[in-house]
Amino acid sequence: MQSKKGIIATGAALGLIAVLLVKLGNPANMGFCIACFIRDIAGGLGLHQAAVVQYLRPEIMGLVLGAFIAAVAGKEFSSRGGSSPMTRFFLGIIVMIGALMFLGCPLRMILRLAGGDLNALVGIFGFIAGIYIGVLFLNKGFSLKRTYKLPDFEGYAFPIFNVFLMILLICAPAFIIFSESGPGSMFAPITISLAAGLFVGFLAQKSRLCCVGGTRDMILFRDNYLLLGFLAILVFAAIANMATGMFSLGFEGQPVAHTDGLWNFLGMAVVGWGSVLLGGCPLRQLILAGEGNTDSAITFFGMLVGAGFAHNFSLAASPKGATPNGQIATVICFAILIAISLANIEKTPFKTKGDM
Amino acid sequence: MNKIDTRGMSCPQPVLMTKKAIEQNPDGLDILAGDNTAKNNIKRFLESKGFSVEIEECSDEFLLKARK
Repeated sequence: MQSKKGIIATGAALGLIAVLLVKLGNPANMGFCIACFIRDIAGGLGLHQAAVVQYLRPEIMGLVLGAFIAAVAGKEFSSRGGSSPMTRFFLGIIVMIGALMFLGCPLRMILRLAGGDLNALVGIFGFIAGIYIGVLFLNKGFSLKRTYKLPDFEGYAFPIFNVFLMILLICAPAFIIFSESGPGSMFAPITISLAAGLFVGFLAQKSRLCCVGGTRDMILFRDNYLLLGFLAILVFAAIANMATGMFSLGFEGQPVAHTDGLWNFLGMAVVGWGSVLLGGCPLRQLILAGEGNTDSAITFFGMLVGAGFAHNFSLAASPKGATPNGQIATVICFAILIAISLANIEKTPFKTKGDM
Repeated sequence: MNKIDTRGMSCPQPVLMTKKAIEQNPDGLDILAGDNTAKNNIKRFLESKGFSVEIEECSDEFLLKARK
């Protein structure tokens, strides 16, 4: 799977399945959106009270469990952690705040562009700018240090948590909240959403698909492997949108999007920078968490808490545009990103022969 | 032969460490990688720079021997 054909096939499958999920009920240009779906789960669990975005999205559970199955089957499951977990938790919050300013994670940014939403193009420019800043710090020696092997249960805990979320979704006890209107009330059938997540999660684990890695590796190493996956999602989702009449080119009137270019740019710059520091986009964090990486699981919980903050404190944008609180929060996110980037630059060179 | 340890590092640091190390060791070096992703990324990078790469696996870890 770690061939150019493999990554292109993964991107193509993801792009096509994303459009299918919209056709079957998901919100427009939102076949997959890791940030939006974690935000919906936060709402479904009552961590925020935004009535239109509350649902336990089975795509998320599917992605994690699909990656888990692929990792176990491929003997790649490994319980690991200890690489600056608190910093990663805060980076998870920051990435979520940036994504909810733009209204989408890097994956939805691609899917929005594939649907003709030109606001996403502004987001991509911000995303690339954020990645570029992150790369500057990587080149200066930024590191969240290494992970270590942990007891097996540590790695199993997050996949098991996702099984519990699936049980809660199916049993639907009274304390789980489901939106009655808005994007949270729009969803494909549970079995199809779960199957889609499992399939894409399996492929993404095998191919290492990462939305931030494509641009990052091109800047750093002139390596286009991951960028091919990014482009395959865009091309195949765009073709599927055109074939099904869901392609609508323009800035105005795009679904679950706003036209404030500055804040679209800055929101995705926060996501790009934060994702480079984390070592992967929100989708990749889910896949790594499924492989047993507890640091990525902690990042997920950072994003979950960030989603709660974003709606409880009116930080999240809406189709009406960015909120004043959201604008202040985005500026604060940049300040924290600078602090984290500077605080984690390694002064000592790496070890070579003789001192290992 | 000089050796670097990239085990446990997040993407893209294993490749970045390799990139810096081959600048100081242009004839080759040994690289420890802790997982398949790092191993494959480092191998792809080294081959793009004209190195031949031999890989030894030992208890879920990999030793990549890069030579010009």
